[in-house]
Amino acid sequence: MYSQGLIGADGRTTETPEFLQAFQKRIDAEDKIEPKDAMPEGYRKTLVRQIGQHAHSEIVGMLPEGNWITRAPSLRRKAALLAKVQDEGGHGLYLYAAAETLGVSREEMTEELLSGKAKYSSIFNYPTLSWADIGIIGWLVDGAAIMNQIPLCRCSFGPYARAMIRVCKEESFHQRQGYEIVMTLAQGTPEQKEMAQDALNRWWWPSLMMFGPHDADSQHSDQSMAWKIKRFTNDELRQKFIDATVPQAEYLGLTVPDADLAWNEAKGGYDHGPIDWGEFWRVVKGHGPMARDRIKARKKAWDEGAWVREAALAHAEKRAARKIAAE
Amino acid sequence: MALFEAVLELADDHLVLGHRLSEWCGHAPMLEEDLALPNMALDLIGTARTLYDHAAKLEGRGRDEDALAYLRGEREYRNLLLCERPNGDFAHTMLRQLYFAAFMQPYWTAALGSADETIAGVAGKAVKEMAYHIRHAGEWVIRLGDGTEESAARMQEAVVELHPYTGELFEEGAAGDVAELPSRAVMRGAWTATLQPIFAEALLQMPEVPYPQTGGRSGLHGEGLGHLLAEMQSVYRAHPGASW
Amino acid sequence: MTETPLWEVFIRPRNGLAHKHVGSLHAADEVLALQAARDVYTRRGEGVSIWVVPSVAITASDPDHAAENFEPTADKIYRHPTFYDIPDDVGHM
Repeated sequence: MYSQGLIGADGRTTETPEFLQAFQKRIDAEDKIEPKDAMPEGYRKTLVRQIGQHAHSEIVGMLPEGNWITRAPSLRRKAALLAKVQDEGGHGLYLYAAAETLGVSREEMTEELLSGKAKYSSIFNYPTLSWADIGIIGWLVDGAAIMNQIPLCRCSFGPYARAMIRVCKEESFHQRQGYEIVMTLAQGTPEQKEMAQDALNRWWWPSLMMFGPHDADSQHSDQSMAWKIKRFTNDELRQKFIDATVPQAEYLGLTVPDADLAWNEAKGGYDHGPIDWGEFWRVVKGHGPMARDRIKARKKAWDEGAWVREAALAHAEKRAARKIAAE
Repeated sequence: MALFEAVLELADDHLVLGHRLSEWCGHAPMLEEDLALPNMALDLIGTARTLYDHAAKLEGRGRDEDALAYLRGEREYRNLLLCERPNGDFAHTMLRQLYFAAFMQPYWTAALGSADETIAGVAGKAVKEMAYHIRHAGEWVIRLGDGTEESAARMQEAVVELHPYTGELFEEGAAGDVAELPSRAVMRGAWTATLQPIFAEALLQMPEVPYPQTGGRSGLHGEGLGHLLAEMQSVYRAHPGASW
Repeated sequence: MTETPLWEVFIRPRNGLAHKHVGSLHAADEVLALQAARDVYTRRGEGVSIWVVPSVAITASDPDHAAENFEPTADKIYRHPTFYDIPDDVGHM
């Protein structure tokens, strides 16, 4: 499940024009960059930051959905949700590993997340308040994630692109799982349908915000596009998402909570109402309703797990020593 | 009806323990375990689903797997007390898993030849799953038992706390003897043989238990199960008759 | 406090095929690394055999040597079958 556009990266770089030109030539030729290749410092930093944010988003993203594993209303749903949340953990793991090829350790990245220094997708700072949220998250949030992630499979940095191919393959069931839940609710009792509509109302706008600020306000887009870390702009992806999702909502008989939403024949897509960027930046800056709780939960797991990780290392040392003694 | 009840007992064991393991998801000591614990939980929940479905058919009163899982209260649940024990720390969770899997592995092996095809089928799948659970949980018990001073103390504490619940593993259920399922008492040898080398390597003592804790099979549970069920069943029960 | 070591994971998708690099993970020792590899990288029937190798044990060629390592072979086209002219009448060879 993917984060919004990159937040707060510093793409500045100090290499010679010749080096940068040669690097850009490789990128333009669709040559993949591998970890040990010479690369501009800005490229490396941007990737560390973006892959890190992406990994953190997967990990923090386990929490809002994890909130409903123990209450899933059928055993079939329980198993599917557990497998999905487990996948998110796996995706975080693949992504941390991709970032580690750039010389930053998972521990360092984890510390950055827990200290509040690192960002993650602000969508996960909203609470999951009903079972319908699980369906809506799968449908909208994973749907938005897929829009974002498919182009990342062609990202210029090899390890990131490879991780994303694996992630996309595994995620193909997530959105279907979500839509099926919402569909069951929409066709269910009046209370269930109301539950679905309420969840759509709450998650629609935050889902649109997942694509990041408008292109005009996005500081990092140009350089990331040139480096082919990013293939489409925030607004392009957001438009694709809306155009794909609105008919799916109509099929369910649910109402997208946007009075200004209208088909625009000329552009061949939907026009939508204004996004509340004040809310977006508030949540990005850590004032989302669940922001503190999410980090607290991750910190608790990390701190309470310390003795387990230490024990494993201590035992490994003893094993190694015994092995040497036996030789 | 004895077979129905016996299958239900097994199903409850697997669901309740699977549910407990699923509570870890997103909160494990390391990311790798955030993937390992759900794998084990999914094995158990999968087995529970097949068994509930089978029980429902044996009963033949129109209940399905979800009705059996979601509409019975704690006095009707028949799971072993061991399975409902709270997760505690990672040492508790791993030991609980080892105790359970070390019993179920020989149990399912004996059930491979069951005259009941569904049970034999479940056994075929579960035997492999339990073998892995033993390995995974066993390796952790060894590392925690022979790790740091703190981990050794926590591991021994887990043994002291959980061991009294292991006697119940070997009791024939309230359903009594059922030809389609193996006898439980004879599994003690295999169970001990699995645990002994692990305990030895983990530097753990197997305690004498003067007063084993039992009662799960007759619906006499600890206080934790009611909370587990209240949480698990809340959505399902709030919308009677709804589909999900 | 030392960090949990990094391992590279290789999986054989099925017998007859070679192990292929699929990713990495952290584990304190080789036994836990194998179990983690199983739990992380084979959840969808991806393999029948796993190798784990400590990342530090891998010696890699230097990308700066790529030209001298790999380009000199480019003109040795006589190593490829298409270099040789065999009349079609001879049949497949």
